[in-house]
Amino acid sequence: MSLLAIIGEALRALRLNRLRTGLTMLGMIIGVAAVVLMLAVGQGAQTTVNQAISSMGSNLFIVVPGATSSGALRSAAGSVQTLTMGDALAIAHLPSIKATAPLITGTAQLNYGANNWSTSVTGVTPDYFNVRDWPAESGALFTEVDLRSATRVVILGQITARNLFGDEDPTGKTIRIKNSPFVVAGVLAPKGQSLDGRDQDDAAFIPITTGQSQIFGNQFPGTIRFLMVQGRSDEVMDEAETEINQLLRQRHRLAEGTENDFTVRNMAALAAVATGAAKVMSIMLGSIASISLLVGGIGIMNIMLVSVTERTREIGIRMAIGANRRAILTQFLLEALVICIMGGLIGVAIGIGGAWAVSRATDMVVVITFGMVALAFAFASAVGIFFGFYPAKKAAALKPVEALRYE
Amino acid sequence: MIPQRHVSGDPLLKVENLSKTYSLDSGVKGGGTVNSQVLFDVNLTIERGEFVAIMGHSGSGKSTLMNILGCLDTPTSGHYWLDGRDIASLSDDELARVRNRNIGFVFQGFNLLKRMTALDNVATPLLYAGATRSESRKRALELLRQTGLGNFAAYQPNQLSGGQQQRVAISRALVNNPQLILADEPTGNLDTQTSREIMAIFEQLNREQGITIVLVTHEDDIAACTRRLVRLQDGRVVHDGRVPT
Repeated sequence: MSLLAIIGEALRALRLNRLRTGLTMLGMIIGVAAVVLMLAVGQGAQTTVNQAISSMGSNLFIVVPGATSSGALRSAAGSVQTLTMGDALAIAHLPSIKATAPLITGTAQLNYGANNWSTSVTGVTPDYFNVRDWPAESGALFTEVDLRSATRVVILGQITARNLFGDEDPTGKTIRIKNSPFVVAGVLAPKGQSLDGRDQDDAAFIPITTGQSQIFGNQFPGTIRFLMVQGRSDEVMDEAETEINQLLRQRHRLAEGTENDFTVRNMAALAAVATGAAKVMSIMLGSIASISLLVGGIGIMNIMLVSVTERTREIGIRMAIGANRRAILTQFLLEALVICIMGGLIGVAIGIGGAWAVSRATDMVVVITFGMVALAFAFASAVGIFFGFYPAKKAAALKPVEALRYE
Repeated sequence: MIPQRHVSGDPLLKVENLSKTYSLDSGVKGGGTVNSQVLFDVNLTIERGEFVAIMGHSGSGKSTLMNILGCLDTPTSGHYWLDGRDIASLSDDELARVRNRNIGFVFQGFNLLKRMTALDNVATPLLYAGATRSESRKRALELLRQTGLGNFAAYQPNQLSGGQQQRVAISRALVNNPQLILADEPTGNLDTQTSREIMAIFEQLNREQGITIVLVTHEDDIAACTRRLVRLQDGRVVHDGRVPT
């Protein structure tokens, strides 16, 4: 019997029991839809994390002062000020380092006309924007000249610009930061959320020298809040970390055996952890969803077993008129497979629709790839073959004379 | 598609010392199985073109014999040659092929596939033989016309009368041009008038197409339509010869 004819027989048999077929299929539909939806949500989380990581800049170290101990008392990293502009310059000269960007941070009130906005004001060097891979969208970034002469210029993040200026073009306008006038040099391109969920566009940047001398009073002149260091490439990251540690220990005159008074964090390693966590979540969601697919498969096996018993006489008749075991096996296996494939198709459609609804209803990013749809579909078919095989085998193994006699 | 007819003088069907024993679970724990012998050393030869009735009381083993002759069941011992081929040596698939191509079955309860049109019922054996749907439907319609059911091709079995259903079953049995038709009480569920019509079809097939027909019955007037009578009693052949008139 040709495969096409057997498929015809399978479809006919399934049509005869519409309700039963539908309910069995529902198991597959729910399973496949759940797998697609969960994979989409997991993949979305991964994408969000990856975006946040790449928005930070690549091959990055963050060096924070602290992790010192004076006697038995340990203070938190960053609570003492041991890093200086000099450290930043020295590190920048290391062979494995591409650039450094020292930062000082604070919060300030910004005024433009009647508008005001409170945001984080960060004192940076021009290299900061290279390290962060963050270009200006309009206007210009400040230069070494601004840095050296501690000019009162400011570069605004998207959110800050919108809150102060609305639709007006901020470039060249003068705003007040802590009552000092600053000229807006430019507005940065949008950057989005950071890993910790803060909006990076809600910010303003001024030359670090201007910040040190005019905005943030500091009892230790020349100290910085923390330091971003960019390695030359990912291969030299380990080497760079060692070099930074050695250099800073030497510059800070730390004796052998004492602890560092600074901490070097490899952001790539942190990023790997975050990506790893997102991936684990993705896999976990997928596996939980596939359990429902498994349950759907058991439903198929159950109904196929009932069907084989009910149709024992039909099987007997078919054998009497010339069906061999393979034809019977194929017929029942195909019935299970047709349920799975149709359920799979509907499930994929519902999963995609569900993912779309989730992304509309919440801020969650969902990502659907061809790969995950194919995976869900392949899994559904595998479930159909696996759970359909035993009942089909049972049908094919019936003895013609006994099957015919079955009432 | 249909095997070449044997040129040798082999009889169509030859059974030698055929026995059949059923092993049944005794139902008692540790009691093992209970053997019940249904056929004892049956010898039977049927030539091509014969029209044979097998008679016997219930329990005489006639249904078992029919099942073995139809390759639906296997004997416990003895030999069975169909068209010169030793059936015991055939695999399951080869048996299915023999049932499909060499034998046509007609049952007492018609045994049509439910919720399938008369046409598709008749066409199904051809599909198992590997024919396409369209050519098998064409051939099926031809046979339905021959048995006078050309107008009922699209009907399902439960929309047809018993006589009509049996004609569909006969059409199905004939669809692969078999050498042998095995009919197990084909008129058992039919009234006298319809029985006569069905028997007329069998007689015509035997006379005009030379198809060998073996039928099981317990009605004397049905057996009277045939030309040879085999009577079974308690699993043994007790009479083989002319039909008493």
